[in-house]
Amino acid sequence: MHAVEFSSVSKRYQGAKRSVQALDDVSFHIEPGEFFGLLGPNGAGKTTLISILAGLARATSGRVTVMGHDVRSDYAAARRRLGIVPQELVFDPFFSVRETLRIQSGYFGLRHNDDWIDELLQALGLADKAQSNMRQLSGGMKRRVLVAQALVHRPDVIVLDEPTAGVDVELRQTLWQFIASLNRQGHTVLLTTHYLEEAEALCHRIAMLKSGRVVALDRTSALLAGKAHTGLTFKTDQELPEPWAARARVTGRMVHVRVHDTLEIERVLTDLRQAGVTVEDLEIGRSDLEDVFLDIMQEPRP
Amino acid sequence: MKHVAAPTPGVWSGTATLFRKEVLRFWKVAFQTVAAPVLTSVMYLLVFGHVLEGRLEVYPGVGYTAFLIPGLVMMSVLQNSFANTSSSLIQSKITGNLIFLLVTPLSPWAWFVSYVGGAMVRGLAVGLGVLLVTAGLAPPVVTDWVWIVVFAALASAMLGSLGLIAGLWAEKFDQLAAFQNFIIMPMTFLSGVFYSVHSLPTFWQQVSHLNPFFYMIDGFRFGFFGVSDVSPFVSLAVVAVSLTVVSGICLRLLHQGYKIRH
Repeated sequence: MHAVEFSSVSKRYQGAKRSVQALDDVSFHIEPGEFFGLLGPNGAGKTTLISILAGLARATSGRVTVMGHDVRSDYAAARRRLGIVPQELVFDPFFSVRETLRIQSGYFGLRHNDDWIDELLQALGLADKAQSNMRQLSGGMKRRVLVAQALVHRPDVIVLDEPTAGVDVELRQTLWQFIASLNRQGHTVLLTTHYLEEAEALCHRIAMLKSGRVVALDRTSALLAGKAHTGLTFKTDQELPEPWAARARVTGRMVHVRVHDTLEIERVLTDLRQAGVTVEDLEIGRSDLEDVFLDIMQEPRP
Repeated sequence: MKHVAAPTPGVWSGTATLFRKEVLRFWKVAFQTVAAPVLTSVMYLLVFGHVLEGRLEVYPGVGYTAFLIPGLVMMSVLQNSFANTSSSLIQSKITGNLIFLLVTPLSPWAWFVSYVGGAMVRGLAVGLGVLLVTAGLAPPVVTDWVWIVVFAALASAMLGSLGLIAGLWAEKFDQLAAFQNFIIMPMTFLSGVFYSVHSLPTFWQQVSHLNPFFYMIDGFRFGFFGVSDVSPFVSLAVVAVSLTVVSGICLRLLHQGYKIRH
């Protein structure tokens, strides 16, 4: 049995003037205990896919199961096995942290859940905020409560929809340690993120979505190996000479140029020297997931 | 941290939690959700009672202030039951925290029972508050408590369901306000809260008979004075049928996930 299975899932949003195909025949599955990454640019359909999994949206066609339970026909069983950390920082301003977690437990029919709630508060560094009203918490603290809320019923499958967007470094570390420990205990994790280094570090397998279709699906290591190339990274304030200017990926002062072999490295360096470009912090490295991601996203749609 | 499978939970405790949350939500701000509407009703009673006492006798032997009280109690029940479900749902939709409920295993029936139950508690609490406070001004005459309780319960359930429908439908606060100001308010005011429909011209009497709120107030008033414009059994039938229709629509919308599951 798969932890999560998407079979030919399509979703069309029918607007007043035009309709949008958010998902187009998406099929893949996630094994129990896997740490799975779902990547894609904004509007690729990641959140739509997760919404269908959680019952927040309904597929136009296709079938989705959680631990073998259909999310439509057997929704109660499916939702008991699923914990979702939403992307938006939402909260109920009427309640304290502990009340919020007790209420969420109660929705799942768990009445005496305080031992587990205490463990969650402890693990997420929320113990001293238990009595605080949700309104008084900082953004980072609210994010932690969202994670705790998703876990009150000890779901087999945990879904995190861009959980580290706008989150400080300390919380990112706490969060990933915690999620990784849950994964080691056997929980399946489905993660969407914009931070590709996170996906590279955490995920066993990765699916990439583009315009509602799966354009890559493989083990993280295989994805990296399959698209391996060497890259030259350095910092400069000056303009690059052609042809490198067109081929480089520039982020502020940081320049990344993809090269095929060592001969090309020499050519880049020679051209830079001849053009009078001064470089700092020069590094030669293997491609990372970001390169793979950009490669795949730039390929024309099949 | 231990990986312990969660025990198989009961459906009722999930429903009970949502019901308790709905009650807590208004109870935490009871000054605004219970005390304020009680004060408003008492103001109506003081002003209209002062102006009209002795000038109007709607039923023989019943003073205007005494006549007005059941109507005001029922009006409070109606408005506050409606307000509870509709405001709770629209707030959750707009702030986005409805997601916490959407991801739970709770069924459409559980949503319905909990939300409408919470609305009934608020409506009845405000109604009881109005009754207790106004008892000092004009001690209530009670003929039959059963009619009073039955009509109050059915009316609060009906307005709770209507509020749920309005909360599902509305996407913005002003749409909800429109529903409240252009449908609920006129239907309440034109249902005979302040008068007996027998005092109206024939045409408006007939129009009033098309308003289900009229039967709620009329049947409720029968419990106090033992006198009413139509038979309490007719009122009971009309209110019961209206409640069934409105609840049916409400459950259907919840089942469809109307405007909440896309």
